[in-house]
Amino acid sequence: MKKLKKAKQAFTFYTRLHLQELTGYKARDLKGLLKGIKELSGSVIYHHTHRFLQQHQFLSPEPPNDFAYWVAEVLGEHKLGEELASVDVIQFSSIRALREKLIQTIENHIRYMENTGRGQFRVSGMEEQFHFIKTISFVFPTSYVVHNLLEFVESLKKVTINSIYFHVFEAKLRLEKSINDFSYWIDTNCGENELSKELARLDPYTYTLEGLRTKIINLIEKRIK
Amino acid sequence: MKLSDYEAVVGKNIIEELRVLGKRLTGKVVRNVNSTAVGGGVAEILNRMNPLLNEVGLRAHWSVIKGGEEFFSVTKKFHNMLHGKDEALSDKEMELFLQTSEENLKNMDLSADIIFVHDPQPIVLIKNKSRFKKSKWIWRCHIDVSQPNAQVWNFLKDYVEQYDASVFSSPSFAQILKIRQFLISPSIDPLSDKNKELSKEKIEEVLKHFGIAQGKPIIAQISRFDYLKDPVGVIDVYRLVKKYIDCQLVLAGGTATDDPESSKVLAEVMERAKGDNDIHVLAIPAASDIEINALQRAADVVLQKSIREGFALTVTEALWKAKPVVASAVGGIPLQIKHKYSGLLSRTIEGTAYWVKQLLNSPAYAKRLGQSGRAYIKQNFLLTRHLRDYLLLFLALYHTEDIINI
Repeated sequence: MKKLKKAKQAFTFYTRLHLQELTGYKARDLKGLLKGIKELSGSVIYHHTHRFLQQHQFLSPEPPNDFAYWVAEVLGEHKLGEELASVDVIQFSSIRALREKLIQTIENHIRYMENTGRGQFRVSGMEEQFHFIKTISFVFPTSYVVHNLLEFVESLKKVTINSIYFHVFEAKLRLEKSINDFSYWIDTNCGENELSKELARLDPYTYTLEGLRTKIINLIEKRIK
Repeated sequence: MKLSDYEAVVGKNIIEELRVLGKRLTGKVVRNVNSTAVGGGVAEILNRMNPLLNEVGLRAHWSVIKGGEEFFSVTKKFHNMLHGKDEALSDKEMELFLQTSEENLKNMDLSADIIFVHDPQPIVLIKNKSRFKKSKWIWRCHIDVSQPNAQVWNFLKDYVEQYDASVFSSPSFAQILKIRQFLISPSIDPLSDKNKELSKEKIEEVLKHFGIAQGKPIIAQISRFDYLKDPVGVIDVYRLVKKYIDCQLVLAGGTATDDPESSKVLAEVMERAKGDNDIHVLAIPAASDIEINALQRAADVVLQKSIREGFALTVTEALWKAKPVVASAVGGIPLQIKHKYSGLLSRTIEGTAYWVKQLLNSPAYAKRLGQSGRAYIKQNFLLTRHLRDYLLLFLALYHTEDIINI
């Protein structure tokens, strides 16, 4: 095993838990959906683009967001559904920017449909309405505090997926950090620039959370062997 | 049960998180208020939840309002109207409701940090808010209010909006309200008699007791005998499957002596099943949780062919037992079943029969579906998640921001 550098600063694994808050706002067609995306809080956008990551993690990494799923499965707008599903969330460092992209994608579609004489959009049934929900996040430290890469990887095996979720997704997008917490610490505190880059290059949205845990563990273990 | 008993089911870290949350609320007195100490889903969940709240450091109390038969007839009417039933409340009924509520207001000890009021029966207690200025008040609605009767909802809404927060079980129950509304789904207890692991011998013993053959595929619907659960439609599904696959049908459910309709439905089901020894219609008495557990575990496919549903905890129970489930896309069922991921959704008798045949003929697919279903329930609908949501809800009462450092 390689000799490991002691980190300049220890890394504390945090975790986060979510509570869902109902807004009472609903949409039955594409224009209603667009209005909600434009007007409701960033925590609503965050909820509908990240909920599946947590609730479906054992099943499949898909579908990626509620908007895409509803537009395709309920409104039957499969092309727009695919466009919304393929919005590359990892590219965005703020909810504002992500919201703009979603708005632009839907508006382009509406314009295209209207210009081609297909502006009659389907209205969902009452039971299939889109309900806007927001995520309230509670963030707190765990008892896992590590001082080098070996301790880091051993703790990574033990923390809950909520902790991994927080450092990889939430810290970057919702707290508007430019890079995920793991990559940042590994680079600035352990001097492992290459490994840090490798982690930053992962598209975490294409893994289940357990799959992501395994992937990160494998990359670090390969490095420290 | 103790929290540590759940470690084997959900993992040590999940339990650890609950203890951390509890520490942030140490010593807080939470007073639950509802209308009955026994029977019904609310009492069942409070019986299980309160000891766990105490274990993580809160002080959970439970008060029950008093009311006569007439009061509860009015609140039963509220219940039906909130479900959308077209009825009207008379002035006399309203007066009776308010009068009983006033008596409860006078006589009940409502001191607590958090007062957690369940359903409409005790809703008027909020009038005491000014006496307990530091207390936080939550109204927890366990009822499907997706399309409520306007008269009763408008009446209740004036009270609801005086609370600090409200809680609903499904997104479709959300209303436009002046107060915060949280979404907290119901749950099942994996360690209860209805859901705990059973030995092969116990399952065989139950099958033998009910005269159900082993070795022949079993389709089962375990649900009350109620038109809204469509047990007759289930027999039609079975008959379509039976043409191609030699199987049995188990239709099991409780009968309520105070519900004349259930006896009528049962009689119709018996009539429709007559002459087929492979259809087992079982009217199971209350407190037969082990038997229900065994029948669910013995099934090859579980159905829930409801016409309307609340949350459908029967689906949760079957998925938790890793059973492939075919269920109607109504009420809370689509929250639990993502089609082809954690089960199958259907809308017609023919469609249901089609999926049942697929599952019986493709056991590997059925197994995979069942396993995904169990994982989904483990993640989202067990008692420990419910406890976590309640703790987070209590914490949220003291914060207004969307990202809270605790």
